[in-house]
Amino acid sequence: MKVITADHLTKRFGDFTAVDDISFEVEQGEIFGFLGANGAGKTTAMRILCGLSKPTSGRGTVAGFDVTRQPERVKASIGYMSQRFALYDDLKVSESIRLYAGIYGVPGKRIAQRTDEILASLGFEGERDTLVKSLPLGWKQKLAFSVAIVHDPRIVFLDEPTGGVDPAARRQFWELIYQAANSGITVFVTTHYMDEAEYCDRVTILVDGKIEALDTPAALKARYGAPTMNDVFFQLARGARRGAD
Amino acid sequence: MAGLQAQHLTKRFGKLVALDDVGFEAAPGGIFGIIGPDGAGKTTLFRILTTLLLPDAGTATVDGLDIRKNYREIRGRVGYMPGRFSLYQDLTVEENLSFYASVFGTTIRENYHLIKDIYQQIEPFKGRRAGALSGGMKQKLALSCALVHKPAVLFLDEPTTGVDAVSRGELWDMLLKLRQSGLCIIVSTPYMDEAAICDRVALAMNGRFMIQDTPAAIVAAYDRRLLAVRGDRMWELLRDLRSFDGVLTCHAFGDAHHLTVSDDLDLAALRAYLAGLGHADVQIAPATPGIEDCFMLMSETTGVPT
Repeated sequence: MKVITADHLTKRFGDFTAVDDISFEVEQGEIFGFLGANGAGKTTAMRILCGLSKPTSGRGTVAGFDVTRQPERVKASIGYMSQRFALYDDLKVSESIRLYAGIYGVPGKRIAQRTDEILASLGFEGERDTLVKSLPLGWKQKLAFSVAIVHDPRIVFLDEPTGGVDPAARRQFWELIYQAANSGITVFVTTHYMDEAEYCDRVTILVDGKIEALDTPAALKARYGAPTMNDVFFQLARGARRGAD
Repeated sequence: MAGLQAQHLTKRFGKLVALDDVGFEAAPGGIFGIIGPDGAGKTTLFRILTTLLLPDAGTATVDGLDIRKNYREIRGRVGYMPGRFSLYQDLTVEENLSFYASVFGTTIRENYHLIKDIYQQIEPFKGRRAGALSGGMKQKLALSCALVHKPAVLFLDEPTTGVDAVSRGELWDMLLKLRQSGLCIIVSTPYMDEAAICDRVALAMNGRFMIQDTPAAIVAAYDRRLLAVRGDRMWELLRDLRSFDGVLTCHAFGDAHHLTVSDDLDLAALRAYLAGLGHADVQIAPATPGIEDCFMLMSETTGVPT
């Protein structure tokens, strides 16, 4: 079942075409990697799919809702997490979960239950009253991911979720991503770590606003005769003509 | 040699020990890399060495000068590129550069040869406001401004964070060229793969240097038996491998899992165990450790929480 469809999506800012006629579909439960150099158009495309920006032309649907005509329905169906901003430092762990559950419209009666579930699944039962700022960074990221899916969304968008995290925590984070995908949540993720591209079911590489490649990591490596996704990325992104953002 | 020497540097912020007894030496004409995640103490260390912050304990000399006694002289001899873009967004490219030159009592013309390779790439846009530059161009301008007074020591705090793999490569090419001029370069990064480009590196976490040496020596000192395992269902494989006796740690490493295992682990038994669980196309081979393997082993054995 398709949970994201992009059909000739284009976004122009003046005479600059940030996203240039991109089309793709994402299946339910898929981990979909969205790669590209800085300035390739990843953020703009992601903003369109999250209902935050209207495409200049083309059509997109997310969880069955049209991103242009039903952006509020789209927003209610998705979760979003970014490395740049995720949690408030001076809220407790349980308060953070309650805040996001409220924002995402989880019914009041269910919030206590979801809080217990999340604390248990993260092994954070002892941290219920801990302030977010005193958690190690890796734990913060895991909590940020869990609150982004507190409302059991169909899709979660992750924008460079593992930046700055130590290697062990980065891998624990990907195990959470995998669990979520296994439970049927579709994961749309951007990253600058090329080893993480290997963990995706399929990978898109965006160059100058266009999709240059879209396939499984194994198929991409075979097609470009490259031993790693890093080499695939270099071959494609080197051809980029526009500067970084 | 001048360069940089630091001993026992410690800095606390309330209860947090941001920097815990850190010492190292960096030579002129070399790149010293501080490799570690957020919270490793990288920025605190840079602020101390550039005399913007005093340590609670420890000493350091930068280009032969003491960070406490000679802080004014040091400021004229270091270049510092902070992690966040800190130039004046509403000045043009050229205005920023000549401002920084004038602050240090020099001119663009006097030291043009030092910055030529880098500045030439943005010179066509010298009338553009810094705030309107692309990320890559901002970085070249910041680097030019950090070099325009001919520093002896250059500090770069996470210049490649959030930067794509191709642009990261370009920045490292610039640093390798600068090294040839005899500059002492101290650079921090969370990307483990960048360690290999440095002459010496420290692996840092939670305010401590866990180990420091040449990248080759750090990898050579890795003393665990390390295997790479691939299969057709990688995530199930990860879980199943962890349950096998003799597997000490098991982590995803791109297209393979890296396992540290006991010396007496029997490969045939491991193969039979995985086949019994229905894993097909399993490949098991000894793996060559990289800096990331070393980092993970060090952080596990030193017991710092992640």
